[in-house]
Amino acid sequence: MPQVSLTVNGKQHTVEVEGRTLLVELLREKLGLTGTHVGCDTSQCGACVVHVDGLAVKSCTMLALQADGMAVTTIEGIAAADGTLHPMQEMFREHHALQCGFCTPGMVMTAIDLVNAHPDGLTDKEIREGLEGNLCRCTGYHNIVKAIAAAHPLMHGQAPKAAE
Amino acid sequence: MYDFAYQKPASVADAVKLLGDDPDAKALAGGQTFIPVLKQRLAKPSTIVDLGKLDLRGITVGADTVTIGAMTTHAAVASSEELKAKIPGLQELASWIGDEAVRHRGTMGGSLANNDPAACYPSAALAMDATIKTDRREIKADDFFQGMFTTALEPNEIITSITFKVPQKSAYEKFRNPASRYAIVGVFVAQHANGVRLAITGAGQGGVFRHTAFEQALSSNFSPDAIAGIATPPDDLNGDIHASAEYRAHLINVVARRAVAKAR
Repeated sequence: MPQVSLTVNGKQHTVEVEGRTLLVELLREKLGLTGTHVGCDTSQCGACVVHVDGLAVKSCTMLALQADGMAVTTIEGIAAADGTLHPMQEMFREHHALQCGFCTPGMVMTAIDLVNAHPDGLTDKEIREGLEGNLCRCTGYHNIVKAIAAAHPLMHGQAPKAAE
Repeated sequence: MYDFAYQKPASVADAVKLLGDDPDAKALAGGQTFIPVLKQRLAKPSTIVDLGKLDLRGITVGADTVTIGAMTTHAAVASSEELKAKIPGLQELASWIGDEAVRHRGTMGGSLANNDPAACYPSAALAMDATIKTDRREIKADDFFQGMFTTALEPNEIITSITFKVPQKSAYEKFRNPASRYAIVGVFVAQHANGVRLAITGAGQGGVFRHTAFEQALSSNFSPDAIAGIATPPDDLNGDIHASAEYRAHLINVVARRAVAKAR
């Protein structure tokens, strides 16, 4: 079987996979990183979003072998080593941006990429457009948008805003 | 998904050879259409030839042309300020494909080679008289698109870059399917020194096509009013659960007028 070598959450792995093994299958089934979810399995819902070389991608629509030599970050890899949550995770908690939580890992990974890509600020409209590829069936999105807006200054080194 | 052998060649020549040696081998660009196709078992290639290692990325903005590497992602096209200043319609088109995660993987070459009848890029290629460069030749966009999911490419031929003629004004407008984000009707209009070219995607039974009646009217008067009275026959248009052929015929006029109104 072919082998894929990649870095996941800072740790190097070399794993035997089939040609058809998806990146999300590698993460969940070979590496036990089940925080990345499979929702629709048709690249619509975004529950499987991870970062590959720093960019949000749908891990259900990428072959594991395509990620050879690349650096993958999953929801398990964003908190600090001492367990301190990433500002985006903290703001999701603060603003009650999840109910059942199924879409949350993908939402958080998409949101971090979105904030990284817009250092000068994000309007609510830009946040909503940025979430186009992530579906949530519980929250109605309002609190997710609030959480991302609140995380933006924290991630870019500014003082936190109080929760509404 | 059926299993397959996997190859990731380091040169275009090696990729062409791998595809030529095995008639059941298929090229993989960004995979944002092809991987879903594989998952549905609509294709059963023996070997996947991943083009991800090939040096086919980048945007080169010249005075009269813009050349984009075939493996350039939609996100790279959408975020190029240089391109936005030169061909705003093309930059905006890219920013509307799929969603951000899809745009990080999907490529221009992959989209053109697939020639999905509802894909956006084919309309830009036709409207800007693009030249599609492959490993062995150059193909004009007018000759490249040959019907739904059909192009002039040989089975083992690989697109390397696409060169667009920079128009004086351009715009892309689309009426989206709210679920898939694909175009039910998409219109790319480009005003060139020697006339207007306008291409329609999403609507034609044979895939993307140029709307010559609109082009003639707009070449003498580049305004939405110039085409307001021109009806499009529904005979050769798609009808499906999302929109009838008659509705698409109506939308073509509405969307084309919106595109002309915002062209810059």
